[in-house]
Amino acid sequence: MSKTETLVRALVDKHGKSRNSLMPVLQGVVKEERYLSEEAMLEVARELDISAADVFGTASFYTFLDTVPRGSYVIRVCKTIACHMAGKDVVIDALSDMLKIKVGETTVDGKFTLLTANCLGWCHKGPVMLVNDEVFPQITAQKAVEIVEEYARKK
Amino acid sequence: MSNYMVNLKINNIPVSVPEGSTIVQAANKLNFRIPTLCFHPDLSVAGNCRVCVVEITGARALAAACAMPVAEGMEVFTNSAKVRTARKHVIELLLSEHNADCTKCFKNGHCELQELAAEYRVGDHVFLDLVKASDKILDISSPSIQKDNSKCIRCQRCVRTCEELQAVGALAVACKGDHQRITTFMDKSLHNVVCTNCGQCINRCPTGALVERNYMEEVWDHINNPFKHVVVQTAPAVRIGLGEDLGLEPGHRVTGKLVSALKHIGFDSVLDTDFTADLTIMEEGTELLTRLKKAIVDKDETVTLPMTTSCSPGWIKFIEHTFPELLPNVSTCKSPQQMFGALAKTYYAQKKGLDPKNIVSVSIMPCTAKKFEANRPEMRASGYQDVDYVLTTRELAMMIKQAGIEFTKLDDMHYDSIMGEGTGAAVIFGATGGVMEAALRTAYEIVTGREVPFNNLNITPVRGMEGVREATITITGTRPEWSFLEGVEMKVAVAHGLVNAKELMTAVRDQKASYHFIEVMACPGGCLGGGGQPIPTSADIREKRAQAIYAEDEGLPIRKSHENPEVVQIYKDFLGEPLGHRSHALLHTHYKPRKRY
Amino acid sequence: MEHKTIKKVDIIFAKDTCNPRELLSKTLQRNPDDIILDIIDSGLKGRGGAGFPTGLKWKFTRNEVSEDKYVICNADEGEPGTFKDREILDQVPEKVFVGMAVCGYVIGAREGYIYLRGEYNFLLRSLNAKLETFNALMKELKFDFHISIRSGSGAYICGEESALFESMEGKRGEPRNKPPYPTRAGYNHKPTAINNVETLVYTTMITRLGPTEFKALGTQDSRGSKVFSVSGDTPIAGIYELELGMPLADFVDSFGDGDTKAVQVGGASGHCVPRKQFRDTIIGFEGIPTGGSMMIFNSSRSMYNVLHDYLEFFTEESCGQCTPCRVGCQQLLKGIEAVKRGERKPDYLEELKKLADTMKVAAKCGLGQSVANPFNSIVNNFREEIIY
Ligand SMILES: Cc1cc2nc3c(=O)[nH]c(=O)nc-3n(C[C@H](O)[C@H](O)[C@H](O)COP(=O)(O)O)c2cc1C
Ligand code: SF4
Ligand code: SF4
Ligand code: SF4
Ligand code: SF4
Ligand code: FES
Ligand code: FES
Repeated sequence: MSKTETLVRALVDKHGKSRNSLMPVLQGVVKEERYLSEEAMLEVARELDISAADVFGTASFYTFLDTVPRGSYVIRVCKTIACHMAGKDVVIDALSDMLKIKVGETTVDGKFTLLTANCLGWCHKGPVMLVNDEVFPQITAQKAVEIVEEYARKK
Repeated sequence: MSNYMVNLKINNIPVSVPEGSTIVQAANKLNFRIPTLCFHPDLSVAGNCRVCVVEITGARALAAACAMPVAEGMEVFTNSAKVRTARKHVIELLLSEHNADCTKCFKNGHCELQELAAEYRVGDHVFLDLVKASDKILDISSPSIQKDNSKCIRCQRCVRTCEELQAVGALAVACKGDHQRITTFMDKSLHNVVCTNCGQCINRCPTGALVERNYMEEVWDHINNPFKHVVVQTAPAVRIGLGEDLGLEPGHRVTGKLVSALKHIGFDSVLDTDFTADLTIMEEGTELLTRLKKAIVDKDETVTLPMTTSCSPGWIKFIEHTFPELLPNVSTCKSPQQMFGALAKTYYAQKKGLDPKNIVSVSIMPCTAKKFEANRPEMRASGYQDVDYVLTTRELAMMIKQAGIEFTKLDDMHYDSIMGEGTGAAVIFGATGGVMEAALRTAYEIVTGREVPFNNLNITPVRGMEGVREATITITGTRPEWSFLEGVEMKVAVAHGLVNAKELMTAVRDQKASYHFIEVMACPGGCLGGGGQPIPTSADIREKRAQAIYAEDEGLPIRKSHENPEVVQIYKDFLGEPLGHRSHALLHTHYKPRKRY
Repeated sequence: MEHKTIKKVDIIFAKDTCNPRELLSKTLQRNPDDIILDIIDSGLKGRGGAGFPTGLKWKFTRNEVSEDKYVICNADEGEPGTFKDREILDQVPEKVFVGMAVCGYVIGAREGYIYLRGEYNFLLRSLNAKLETFNALMKELKFDFHISIRSGSGAYICGEESALFESMEGKRGEPRNKPPYPTRAGYNHKPTAINNVETLVYTTMITRLGPTEFKALGTQDSRGSKVFSVSGDTPIAGIYELELGMPLADFVDSFGDGDTKAVQVGGASGHCVPRKQFRDTIIGFEGIPTGGSMMIFNSSRSMYNVLHDYLEFFTEESCGQCTPCRVGCQQLLKGIEAVKRGERKPDYLEELKKLADTMKVAAKCGLGQSVANPFNSIVNNFREEIIY
């Protein structure tokens, strides 16, 4: 059994073999593998007896359930109004310069993906970004770069 | 639905309808048609297109009449200024994301969106054009189905069809917001996913987004080529459906006019798939009896029962994907279309003294899956592609119109010979339960020497529109060579619509049900409700078509396949015996497991 | 119109005002119908935006006959400009749990779920730990009720209650047709009481304090206080619990930076109020209802950019199923761009306003229905900024 298959089966065992478990199972896969590969979606479909298209269609509805490969660290900078006013553009530009990728892209070493997000719920402390599940409010261009550098030093 | 009646007013006119009715239903009772797009009588209610909005006194927002249940004292307005503005906006919005090149569109003249736009006199120029260039790239990977995203209005009727009626789930809604679209797993082409090519989604698509791949031009070219001998076969269900596309009410039988029209168009020989339907019964009936004998007498453990029918190519692809482990249960008989194809370029060619390479074999089918089937690599038993072109009932109707034929005024004509003779048993292949009934009529008689013990040969337990039907026939008074079947209770089951087939075959796989023989048709109602039949479809229309089929059966002089004189003759002259050497080579096939995931 | 001056309140975040054991033991002694009467009497309306009377919602759910019923806490907080639910869950989660348990007791449910937006996953660890304690407490009290958390995955529309149920059932978050309403057919198509995080805390406090204290605050139509998320051009952005019924002018006096030109009340789906209307605008269900977002714009801001941001948000976050919203949002967005670029004449804005009005009445759910709020209020009040 491949790594992905093992992961999916474990998640299905944990959450149960019903349609209601689809979200937690997909979330579990993304947590481990950062995105939903074709293999993972097929395996989930088989395990939960849902059509593959339906799994893909459902996953693609949700911004955080990516169906294209993502880096180990997914950076999401809020682009909505309050953060816009607070200067999200300079943050994004700084990260983009530092990582040498545009929004939507992943670094060649597969470490970082740079994305934007809609309101993250920290509008009084914009700009704000998420790195995977961790949140960083009140950032500046420089602070954002430092935070990402910190991640870059992790293995 | 409840017996309790609810009183309301629509456009100030009082009406009473049963509790649980929708506003659309209540309005229908008063002969007000409220326009709908995402609504389809065969499917669950979506309420997403919003073209059916109506005003309810006291409510802040308009309500979707297809989804809103009636309530006591409700006051509904279906044409108020607010409603008309909203409705027009909805149509304009749909057109703004729609590639409205009607003149080039296969659905021109048969399109619900076009009709609405015409009714409300709106065009696609009010708002900005939102059609994405990438959506204009057609998916023509499948030989059966063409998908054009630029014509999709996201009503999700196809998605619900594929899931609710067919349990296939080849289509799904993906993404959200402005990226929302109807697509397949990972946006793969239809040919590379679990799609069975059944065409049920086409039957319910209101626009030109899903249509059959059409081959009318190719067929015209061959007809106009003096060096080609173009033979055409017509499936049983075509003769009871075609009229609907040519101005007749559902349930009209047009067999004679159909033959006449094909001759007028210029086919060299107009033949009948009914002939090979009868032949199928001989082969499949013999196969069933052989399997039973091996199982009961020889105690052969390798024999697989129940045996299922194999004449519905949508069903075949479905089982290849969904229950590959059950493929040994499927009869090895080709579908009547493919038996016909194999014989057209061998037996027919011989008899007529034609070089098979100059024969173009065309079939008119109620089916889109048959287009795929004709292209399967196994289907070249004659040494050539056995069936060259498959046209749907709808395509034929278009050709008849193109040819300028006044269909309703045509005189009836007879099929040509050879391979033009069919029995009542063959005609009922077009309805769910028909193959079962035809097979029982013949098998029972082979085994007992007597007719099936049903009034006027009508085996009513296997008829009807129930999704899965079962029947048991006790065999008594067997002939000596079939004495091992004496007293056996033949258990049979019939399923139509793949959602029902899935349920039935799951029970079989899990050994929760045991049968000897199972008939499965991929389409609701059987071929009469096939993916190539005239649009629209509904339970009511399918019922009328079924009645026409059974009337056609009763009206025919011969109603048992084994009595078809041309069938008797072909065994004598060419095939030898059922399941014989030649039959094996030409009339039987094998299947391949495919991935569901 | 009745109105109040601005007054800070301390009900929600007040520490040591909720002892779960005490409150629950007391609750379990009471007749559920009495609890409902208290909540109805308090005049509490839902704090998630729609403002439905909470007591009635519980009553309807209680009246349904069903083996399975559910309590759901809506913590999908995705409205741009709103961040109070996160703070509540971070600061006083027990008050939320107690509210859910009381609701469960009242309606006869055994399961409760918190639907937490994926953006707040960092709260999961501590919430789960506290839930474990709380669930153990309920077991100890022999109260058959269990709360667990379900995460969202980045879809604003899943805050809409029926979309939330779909999402919990493993489907795309597409809002359902109504009726049936959640009180009859919600999660798993069973009777469900779904409440906003803040609403649940108020029910906890009303259970503890009785309805009188709560009722004394606010106005006839807007009883009590509410947590406001204040952001934008303000020196004191943050979270404030204020009495309902204040005029917007008072609010701006307290929170503005002296140069306020407009306030967006109620988030992207709310109304934009220009300076000239501050005096006459009451914050409450009789005036402009709000889920609590107050975003302040000063004169340096381009209202075109503001509207553009909002429309981009709705274009992306629309579930996409219904025509007025899916296509309408795109038309409004591309429409103002076309006007700005001069590709369409300024009076095309009138066409777009009519379209927004259609969306208000013809869209399937609250998302599409509310796009007209920001659109019409900004276009009407800042037309020049949109065109030039
Ligand atoms: C687009 C949309 C988004 C919504 N988002 C939320 C949300 O994030 N949180 C919330 O409590 N209610 C939200 N609602 C309102 C809910 O549908 C529902 O009315 C609310 O959860 C009921 O709780 P309440 O009565 O306590 O306010 C949203 C509604 C719509 C139409
Ligand atoms: S789908 Fe209908 S409206 Fe669209 S181009 Fe075809 S005929 Fe015209
Ligand atoms: S042809 Fe049949 S199986 Fe294929 S997508 Fe359409 S409905 Fe589904
Ligand atoms: S393909 Fe046809 S049926 Fe399917 S959503 Fe589009 S318009 Fe509707
Ligand atoms: S209004 Fe928007 S979010 Fe609501 S159902 Fe329609 S498309 Fe979906
Ligand atoms: S706008 Fe960025 S967190 Fe709300
Ligand atoms: S027909 Fe009613 S919403 Fe589509």
